[in-house]
Order: sequence, then C-alpha cells, then structure tokens
Amino acid sequence: MAEKKIIDGRGSFCPGPLMELIGVLKMSQIGDELEVLSNDKGSAKDIPEWVHKVGHEHVSTTEEAGVWHITVRKSK
Amino acid sequence: MKILIIGGGMGGTILANNLARRLSTELRSGKARITMLSASDRHLYQPGLLYLAIGRSTPDALYRDQAGLLEQGIEFHVDPVEEFKLDNNQVKAKSGKTYDYDVLVIATGSRMVPEEVKGLAENAEFFYTEESALKMMRRLQDFQGGKVVITVGVPHKCPMAPLEITFMLHDYFKERGLADKVKLHYTYPINRVHSLENVAKWAAPEFDRLGIGYETFFNIKEVDGAKKVLRSEEGSEVAYDLLIAIPAHRGMEVIEKNKLGQNGWIPTNRNKLNMEGRTNVFVIGDTTNIPISKAGSTAHFEAETLGENIAAMVKMGMTTPVRDYDGKVFCFIEAGLDRATYAMFNYQNPPDPKAPTRAMHWFKMAYNKLYWASARGLL
Repeated sequence: MAEKKIIDGRGSFCPGPLMELIGVLKMSQIGDELEVLSNDKGSAKDIPEWVHKVGHEHVSTTEEAGVWHITVRKSK
Repeated sequence: MKILIIGGGMGGTILANNLARRLSTELRSGKARITMLSASDRHLYQPGLLYLAIGRSTPDALYRDQAGLLEQGIEFHVDPVEEFKLDNNQVKAKSGKTYDYDVLVIATGSRMVPEEVKGLAENAEFFYTEESALKMMRRLQDFQGGKVVITVGVPHKCPMAPLEITFMLHDYFKERGLADKVKLHYTYPINRVHSLENVAKWAAPEFDRLGIGYETFFNIKEVDGAKKVLRSEEGSEVAYDLLIAIPAHRGMEVIEKNKLGQNGWIPTNRNKLNMEGRTNVFVIGDTTNIPISKAGSTAHFEAETLGENIAAMVKMGMTTPVRDYDGKVFCFIEAGLDRATYAMFNYQNPPDPKAPTRAMHWFKMAYNKLYWASARGLL
C-alpha cells in the first residue's frame, strides 16, 4: 500500500534535500509519495528537474513561510 | 545513573571520554557509571583509509587499541549488541549478557552496501574498509593507463571523499608519469559536482583546469563488467577501464533487525539528539537519520553536545538538554596530494571554502595524527 513519507531537508546543506530524496526514494515502493521540505528555493527547481529526468512523477510544489513542500511519487 | 554507549567508533569514543572527564567525581563516588559495548577491540581511524588506498599510509597507522583510548573509569566490553529492549531499558549482547541502563547512546555507524547495485561489488574498487582500500591500492599500482571512472552512490559516508579521491588520483597518476595516459571521469547524483553549492562552484572549474571530465545527474543503476560499462538511472552510460566507487551506505544491520530505523538510520531529533519518541535514548554519528553529512566531525560535535547534556542530567537532574546541537560540520577537502581546503557549516550557515593551500594540507596531515588526541577527548 502506498504511503506518504516526509523528508525534512530544512537546514540540510550537505547532503541536501535532493540527495536525501534520492536516498529515500530508492528504498521506497512504486506508488509511494514523498514530500520533501526545503528552505532552499533551489530545491523547487532541482528536485522536479531530476524527477522528470529519471522518470518519477512530480506531484506538486507549494511554498509556505519560506519552506518549499515538494511532493514526488515513485513511478518505477 | 547508568550510561550505556553502544559503539566504539569516533562518536562513541569521544562521548565516553568527554563524559568521563565531566563526571570524574560522580564515577568515583558511584553516582554515575559509564559502560561501552563495541564490536571490536580495535579503533579504526576511518578517514585514513583514503590515504591507504593511494599508498600514502599503512594499516598499522590507522588502528589503536580501543581500551587504551578510553579514560579510566569507563567499563569497556567487546560484546556487540544484538537486541535492543528499549521499553525495559536493556540491551542484550552477543555474549548473552543483558546490560541495564538509565541513559542509552547508540553510535553504531554505517556500512557500505555495494552489493545492492548489480555488478558494482564485483567490478569496482572501494576504500571504505581496510581490505577494500588495500585491494584498490594494489589495483592502482598495476594500472598503466586508460579511463578511470569515479562514481558516487547515495547516501554515502564522508561527503568530501568523492572529490578528494578524484583530485588525489589526478596527482597520483601525474606523479607516476601517467598523466597523458589516464583520463579521469567523475559522476555525481545531483545537478552539480558536489552537494554543497559553494564547494561545487570551486570544484567544477578545478576539474576543468585539470582536464577531469564529469557528468552530473548520474545515479548508479548497474555495472556491466563484461562490457566495462556503468549505467545510470537517468539513462546514460559511461565506459571505464578502472571503476572506483563511493557506494551507497546503510546503518548497521542490528539497527534494521531491531526495527529502530529504516535502512539502519534511527529517527533522531536534529537538535536534542534523542531518538524520536524516547527521552533516555540518544543517537549520534552516522546512525541518525538527520539530513546532515555522515562524517567524523559530525559525530565529534554531536558527542560534545551530548556529553554536556548527559553530564547536566547527572549533576543537576536536568530532564531537558541544556544545549542544542546546531548542525556543525567541519570537513577537510584534499585538493590533490599537496593542497587542501575545508568546509565548515551548520543548519543556518552554508560553507564558504577558500582556495586550497599547502598549509591546509599539512594541517590535515597533522590532524591524521592528532586524531588520537581527539578520540581521547583532549582536542
């Protein structure tokens, strides 16, 4: 059953929100949703770019009080 | 108060010694007791493996007797934990003995898992264990020319290692007179050559200047050893003559078996360092799931913070930490065989690495020796 996981990448300069997502995503099941929290606006561009390149699904990106919430679904 | 530390690596050792100094009076009076359980009677200086892999160190220089590193008053047993009974404040170890605690610290570290990528373990060289580093050193010695690919898995221990080994290999082959016969090619999982933006801004022009090729957005999918080709999740492939990998890591098996955290990473409060949902269980070093570098300095700074907080629990009965961990990390970055720089950052402030210098390289070389004072809690 698909589940939604939260990856709190706020304040993570290294390895950073995208690397955290990559690490968690590969251990997840197809259909799982992951929501990345990031206070780096670059994540709003970098994460969807990688997700499209590798073939997963970018579900949504929202911003609240300087924190970007980027939701991704594992597709393969 | 019974303080039980699981793991005799950098974090566990620094914490134990830090606490033994802070609590010397309480240890003598019996008010406090510190016990460490480890899987080994030897302590490995893991950053030294990088130097071993390129023939700049020897195994004996990287080990010390664990008991000899610990302050008097610390009870030390080589007795790896097999079962965590957190609801009973107990752990059960390999010997069959059960150890009680009032405060538990888990610092069991991480391990590379190259076997999780098809073809990687059989076809790549690594430097995360003594055995693999020595094998890589011999392979490098035999290598006379061709394309060397350095590839990076996620997550991995020591975020600077990919850059360091690449720059060091450049100088290594140059020293051997093979610069014209060796082509270095670096791959990295995200859209720049390092996760730290300012480090990437420095490193990419260095790669260009040195003629090191690179490909970003490259996550290792599989290795075809017969064809000597590395393929990525993103759909690209790169041929190699010699493949060097910084493989993905996991936490230790005992953490997974006890269901303390997915992939061996224990959910941990990023400031208080307690295991989520537990007030008397703390986690430091690679074992946490905190989105921060899995590096020795992380474990070191976490251990110093936790030492202060546990000492306050013993001395003043504090039930909440007196100090927060601020995410501090300090990483040397070897930029070759004779130059280095560093990156220092925390949760709030990104690093601003300076141009590499010979002085910083020699400081790093000195630290490789000074580490033993650091492990003893003196530095």
